[in-house]
Amino acid sequence: MATIARQAGPAESAGLWDRLSIRTKRVIWAWSFLALPVVFYAGIRFYPTFQAFWLSFTDWDLLRPATFIGLENYRRLFADPLFWQVFRNTFTYLIIGTPVSLVLAFVVAFYLDRVRFMHGFIRALYFLPFLTTAAAMAWVWRWFYQPVPIGVINGFLGMIGIPQQPFLRSVDQALPAIMVTAIWAGIGFQIIIFMAGLRAIPSTYYEAARIDGLGEWAILRKITLPLLKPTTVFLVVFSSIGFLRIFDQVYNMTTNDPGGPLNSTKPLVLMIFQTAFSSYDMGYAAAQTVVLFTILLLVSLLQLWVLRKRA
Amino acid sequence: MTAVAAPSTELAANRKNIRPGRVVAWTLLFIGGLVMITPLLYMFSTSLKSAGQVYDLRLFPADPTLDNYLRVLSDGRFLRWFLNSLIVATAVTVSNVFFDSLVGYTLAKFTFRGRYFIFLAILSTLMIPTEMLVIPWYLMSSQLGWLDTYWGIMFPGMMTAFGTFLMKQFFETVPDDFIEAARVDGLNEFTIWWKIAMPMVTPALSALAIFTFLGNWTAFFWPLIVVTSREMYTLPVGLSSFAVEQSIQWEMIMTGAALATIPTLLVFLVLQRYIVRGVMLAGLKG
Repeated sequence: MATIARQAGPAESAGLWDRLSIRTKRVIWAWSFLALPVVFYAGIRFYPTFQAFWLSFTDWDLLRPATFIGLENYRRLFADPLFWQVFRNTFTYLIIGTPVSLVLAFVVAFYLDRVRFMHGFIRALYFLPFLTTAAAMAWVWRWFYQPVPIGVINGFLGMIGIPQQPFLRSVDQALPAIMVTAIWAGIGFQIIIFMAGLRAIPSTYYEAARIDGLGEWAILRKITLPLLKPTTVFLVVFSSIGFLRIFDQVYNMTTNDPGGPLNSTKPLVLMIFQTAFSSYDMGYAAAQTVVLFTILLLVSLLQLWVLRKRA
Repeated sequence: MTAVAAPSTELAANRKNIRPGRVVAWTLLFIGGLVMITPLLYMFSTSLKSAGQVYDLRLFPADPTLDNYLRVLSDGRFLRWFLNSLIVATAVTVSNVFFDSLVGYTLAKFTFRGRYFIFLAILSTLMIPTEMLVIPWYLMSSQLGWLDTYWGIMFPGMMTAFGTFLMKQFFETVPDDFIEAARVDGLNEFTIWWKIAMPMVTPALSALAIFTFLGNWTAFFWPLIVVTSREMYTLPVGLSSFAVEQSIQWEMIMTGAALATIPTLLVFLVLQRYIVRGVMLAGLKG
């Protein structure tokens, strides 16, 4: 045993390694396993986090050294009408997108769970969009939304006698049009997770409820939904974070005027991207990322708290 | 609709009498599923149409042709982007499978001072959004010469808190007896992890691998920032710039989109059961 341990042991001289207790050896093994990861998390996660906070208090354009300006970036941000527009857009994606996609996903999962005939095939139809590249499918949807004679949706509307819709060219319709794309891309994942949650509910609960004479609606309300709560909490948080960080679809569906028309679709992440990598206003962009971080944190905590309370 | 709601245990008994409610539910689900894949069907259909046929919105092209694919692939850039994405996604996946499970195993199966602190520190990074780190990462990359390199695209994702947490959960289910027995047999700790513990969590490993690969194959935001030359674009970034360049040649854009989508669909068709199970595992444990 000693020879094997000596050959493969962490860089220690053989004699010293042999004299260590088994417990100490294991601790050394543990830290040698963790050495590289600790460096990674410190250097690639924690240090950049603190740096982002620090940069948010500076004025910095990459060319000259950063100068400390206190809270000036935040003052500027909260006085910027564009920020409030972007803030509203971001929350519109969240507040409409999350409930709509979760309700749809639950309804599909609820019925799909009972389907036996061609179950795998139908499940695949719903799941496939989740495996696509957002940047690629954004262009497909963008093409769908074109006016006639190019756009498929307007072509279809024309056939059934509904007037042409401007979709991505309209200040009112562009954001919902992009939201549909995002919901379409994410719903397959939610359906699969809901189905896993439904399967995890023991069938004895249903049998007991049936013996007690509960109707289907009562079973859904009193048994299925309460027992599904951990799954729902996970999906609400996961999906909300996804909508708050929406970028790929918006960027690719509005490339000629990113976030347009007239900033009506611009989410916070796109504003950050443009401030940092089009205007090179790094300090200001860092302040925006801190705001995004704060929003994500508050929304996650709020949802966990609300959903936990309504037990 | 009440007929549809028979509990699964009764389904076998009820299989013979098909009830109308169940047929309606099945039909609606099927139609919904077709709507879901309509964008994919139209994408493939249009990629097989010549420029003149694009305005014909029929789903099945009258005169299908592979010319668009030949044109897109012949200029070589697409193959290069494809290769870039493949290299980046594969390397990041290998790194995550190795390090996330090593760290997850260490946190699950070793007792040492600071274990809980390390666990909490790694877990807390889940709260930090990527968008907050890209500016420091960009600065770091430009100072260290990582801009426009494979390493520059890959380094932020080499380990993830999500993967570590997932693997820790699974390693906790591995009985200590196996590990103790291996120690008695004289195996060193690294070999015990690699040869004994790892094979016992293969479902979790495949879930982690699928998630990591898919996430990096479709990644857009960071590659868009760190890559500056066309040769180093990943497929999503390359496709985006290609589409802008083609402006209104929709059949070419659809061909590019199809080329970016085909690999993941093929992998899915082959591994459907593992992928669905993996998503369920990751979603429930993660």
